[in-house]
Amino acid sequence: MGLLSKKDAALITDPLADNNPITIQVLGICSALAITAELKASIVMSLSVLFVLGVGNVVISLMRNIIPSKIRIIVQLIVVATLVIIVDQVLKAFAYDLSKTLSVFIGLIITNCIIMGRFEAFALGNGPWRSFLDGIGNALGYAVILIIVGFFRELLGSGTLLGFKVLGDPIEKTGLYALGYENNGFMLLSPMALIVVGIIIWVQRTRNKALVED
Amino acid sequence: MEHIELFFKSIFIDNMVFATFLGMCSYLAVSKKVSTAVGLGAAVIFVLAVTVPVNWLLDQYLLQPGALKWLGAEYADYDLSFLSFIMFIATIATMVQLVEIIVEKFAPALYNSLGIFLPLIAVNCAILGGSLFMQSREIPTVGLSLTYGVGSGIGWFLAILAIAAIREKIRYSSVPPALRGLGITFIITGLMAIGFMSFGGMLTGGDDEGKKEETTAVQVEKKEVEEKKVETTEEKAEELANNTKEITE
Repeated sequence: MGLLSKKDAALITDPLADNNPITIQVLGICSALAITAELKASIVMSLSVLFVLGVGNVVISLMRNIIPSKIRIIVQLIVVATLVIIVDQVLKAFAYDLSKTLSVFIGLIITNCIIMGRFEAFALGNGPWRSFLDGIGNALGYAVILIIVGFFRELLGSGTLLGFKVLGDPIEKTGLYALGYENNGFMLLSPMALIVVGIIIWVQRTRNKALVED
Repeated sequence: MEHIELFFKSIFIDNMVFATFLGMCSYLAVSKKVSTAVGLGAAVIFVLAVTVPVNWLLDQYLLQPGALKWLGAEYADYDLSFLSFIMFIATIATMVQLVEIIVEKFAPALYNSLGIFLPLIAVNCAILGGSLFMQSREIPTVGLSLTYGVGSGIGWFLAILAIAAIREKIRYSSVPPALRGLGITFIITGLMAIGFMSFGGMLTGGDDEGKKEETTAVQVEKKEVEEKKVETTEEKAEELANNTKEITE
């Protein structure tokens, strides 16, 4: 990363692992879990959050000196809501089916705690460039978890990835299915998202003892 | 009758936390002690009961395609539904502020117990989610939207109460160090969500459209069963705590 100083680069890389917004900061879980039954939906959701958080952080950071602190929550909400409306309209125009799948969860990006959390914790106290990097970094950290969860749930639940039948055809019994493999339909149900995230947290904290609580 | 059906449906079958994962952030953050969980849960019921009907009125008379008909014929084909996010969140933020002021003035005791949670609630996904689901499920009347708001609030309340009770108990069991705190909470919530899925069978399964006609017949019977289940939910939480303990051991 020749472009970025070491400190700036850390803003992007930290949230990917040791300061991950979902598994460590516990932010933004609301919308993260419900839409991860398919990899495609997870990717689109991640991109939406990337856009909203990147742009929103810059906007808030530019306005940080003129926002009266008493009404800052509502100012932040209006900024996010505007950005989310843009995302929602773009999705409805270019990917209508997908926007139906995501249904209200695009709207719920507004109250996604990652967004408000980063506004409060970072954008209100830092310049626009660093805020932008922080936004991108945290959105990527969010994306990593979403994509891992989406990957396993789609692969084990329906035997596909992005809609491609990577494990063979379950009806014609080709590929793995010829050996008697069955899809685990349970993975598609919402509770499994929680358990998969729980396992990710387990793996992560086993590898890095410093993150263990209590 | 449809009020009762919607009420129990929003508590158990479409439970905010276990079916749609709404309000998970505060659910995880504020569930360490039962007493604070009760405070937040009560505040959520309260705010949902206020904001869902208000947003229903906004949706019906401002935002829906053709909703501006009451202004005159030339406004009949306006469609402002793209503004719903910003309207809903602005309403919620305003209502929360208003509720806070009113409660502080007229019920200081209630304010002391709910007060600190109210500002938190403006950005709780469960509140906005309640309004957005109200819109996308096309709830027909303002009375039903009130029922829906209260029902979802109670569902959320039950969920946070149960997890707080479990977390208080689980402190005495030996969870693997890496799972302590957040990890085990996630997994318990997953197990509880599986438990709650069994409520799905109460409404004969299938899609929402099919459900409505079929359920009218079994409603009376179902109501009794559900009332019993309300009582047993507390026991169930305990049972779940024991189960998870066994698993972790």
